[in-house]
Amino acid sequence: MAEIKQISLFVENRPGRTAKVAKTLSDAGVNIRALTIAEAGDFGVIRMVVDDPEKGYKVLKENAFTVSMTDVLAVEMKDTPGGLYEIVNTLGQSSVNVDYAYAFVTAKAQRAMLILRVDDIARARKVLGEKGVKIATKEEIQAI
Amino acid sequence: MSGYWDPHIERMPLEDLHALQEDRLKSIVRYVYDHSAFYRRKFKEAGIEPGDIKTLADVTKLPFTRKTDLRDNYPTGMFSAPKSQVVRYHVSSGTTGKPTVVGYTKGDIEMWSESLARAFTSIGLGSDDVIQVGYGYGLFTGGLGAHYGAERIGAAVLPVGTGNTERQIELMQDLGTTAIACTPSYFLHIIEVAEKMGVSIRNDTRLKVGIFGAEPWSLETRRRIEEATGIKAYDIYGTSEISGPLFTECHEKKGIHVWGDMFLTEVIDPKTGEQLEDGERGELVFTTLHKFALPLIRYRIGDLSIMTNEPCDCGRTHPRILRILGRTDDMLIIRGINVFPSQVESVLMNIPEVGDHWEIIVDRKGPLDMMTVRVELTQAGFSDKIGDLMKLKKKVSKELKGVLNIAAEVDLVEPGTIPRSMGKAKRVTDNRKV
Repeated sequence: MAEIKQISLFVENRPGRTAKVAKTLSDAGVNIRALTIAEAGDFGVIRMVVDDPEKGYKVLKENAFTVSMTDVLAVEMKDTPGGLYEIVNTLGQSSVNVDYAYAFVTAKAQRAMLILRVDDIARARKVLGEKGVKIATKEEIQAI
Repeated sequence: MSGYWDPHIERMPLEDLHALQEDRLKSIVRYVYDHSAFYRRKFKEAGIEPGDIKTLADVTKLPFTRKTDLRDNYPTGMFSAPKSQVVRYHVSSGTTGKPTVVGYTKGDIEMWSESLARAFTSIGLGSDDVIQVGYGYGLFTGGLGAHYGAERIGAAVLPVGTGNTERQIELMQDLGTTAIACTPSYFLHIIEVAEKMGVSIRNDTRLKVGIFGAEPWSLETRRRIEEATGIKAYDIYGTSEISGPLFTECHEKKGIHVWGDMFLTEVIDPKTGEQLEDGERGELVFTTLHKFALPLIRYRIGDLSIMTNEPCDCGRTHPRILRILGRTDDMLIIRGINVFPSQVESVLMNIPEVGDHWEIIVDRKGPLDMMTVRVELTQAGFSDKIGDLMKLKKKVSKELKGVLNIAAEVDLVEPGTIPRSMGKAKRVTDNRKV
């Protein structure tokens, strides 16, 4: 199964940098599904899931951003107390380590979506699948 | 294998070379005494007369000349030749003070061209080559100096000068440039721009040789340039006071040949002025033996190096100076410790996650000097895990500390954000108010 490609960018912590990223994607007609910024003092890393990762990666690269693509999992989370617990507990018990995670809610899906970067994506897919957790496909993310 | 431009001179037995140097030293000392009021006064103050210089070893009796002498006698107070014999002036930029003016007779230009003709031949260049001169033309000696040297060996010169990088790359392709002369930092920029244009220097051009100088650069930078492009990168050395760019390494890359028939080269202890032995590190001192508009006696050039008089494997007998370690003017004193920007460069160029461009910022916070080294993160060095980036910062900082003995703050910045230079790179911003 094709994994979901997350785009990550290295950005310096100065005014207007995030705006430049957003403008570049907007000009190319790339739609951002979910986004998070991790900051570490003078720099930060923007991570995002977009509708067309190949195109997003290409235009950012052309505009001289330091950018990479990473395989992530997008899992559906029940939008009720305990929704996150179920997922991370399953992973933890199976010794899958979560490098980072961020969530978003979409009107269409009516469910919260959790983006996960883990150290063993195949194992995470298997153990979550066994628990009946729904894992979104690339096409589903595109279609949101 | 390269031949020689002037095999008789270049392979002269050392005894003969020393005899020639001795003759020329005596003549030039007599000449400046007779023609330059500045030197006459200086010799008198030191209690020296031209007749006191009988052997090569007597050179140590002569007083030093310094950059400040040129400035104090601005514009032409130190010249020995009358105006009628001067055919050209160059003027230094004066980045570290008032500008200085240098002048040349027709013969001085000949000697300068001859020096570079030998040098270019020693790196395998000849009449079949197309040499692109990417040094500034005009008051700076780099452009015209390299130009005359290249023409002298019969190469075709492409006098592009600095800037207009995309055009430089197009012309490099269209005219089949085989060698380029420019600053190493500018060549790194050319590589970068070529990549953006979809041009591979290795596959899409005929470039095989780079002649890089006008700023100190490390062996690590040489390795990066050679690996990125497949060319051979050679060091070129010289300063405007002694003509301009004059000397290069030969194809052996074991030091820069400083032609003994034209210059008497010494290495001294910068503190005591004592002459040092072969292999000892110190300040370079040049006496021009065959230059007449502005001859210089024991000129302290301010660059630090090591000299060897061992004949080179290439068969040339003239002395060699090893890679310039830095200029005394460029040295930073941070918390009482001497730091050369070239040391920082050699550390950074060994770390693959770090790009080719970098800068040093020095500030004073309260009583303490703070050094920040700003480096560009390469695409290959980018991990989207913050922890990895923090580790990289620590690694750079640790390796800098290992070499410099002082702690430096490391800033990771986006590629392309550190200013690119067309000429000499400005690597240091010192915000301390001294």
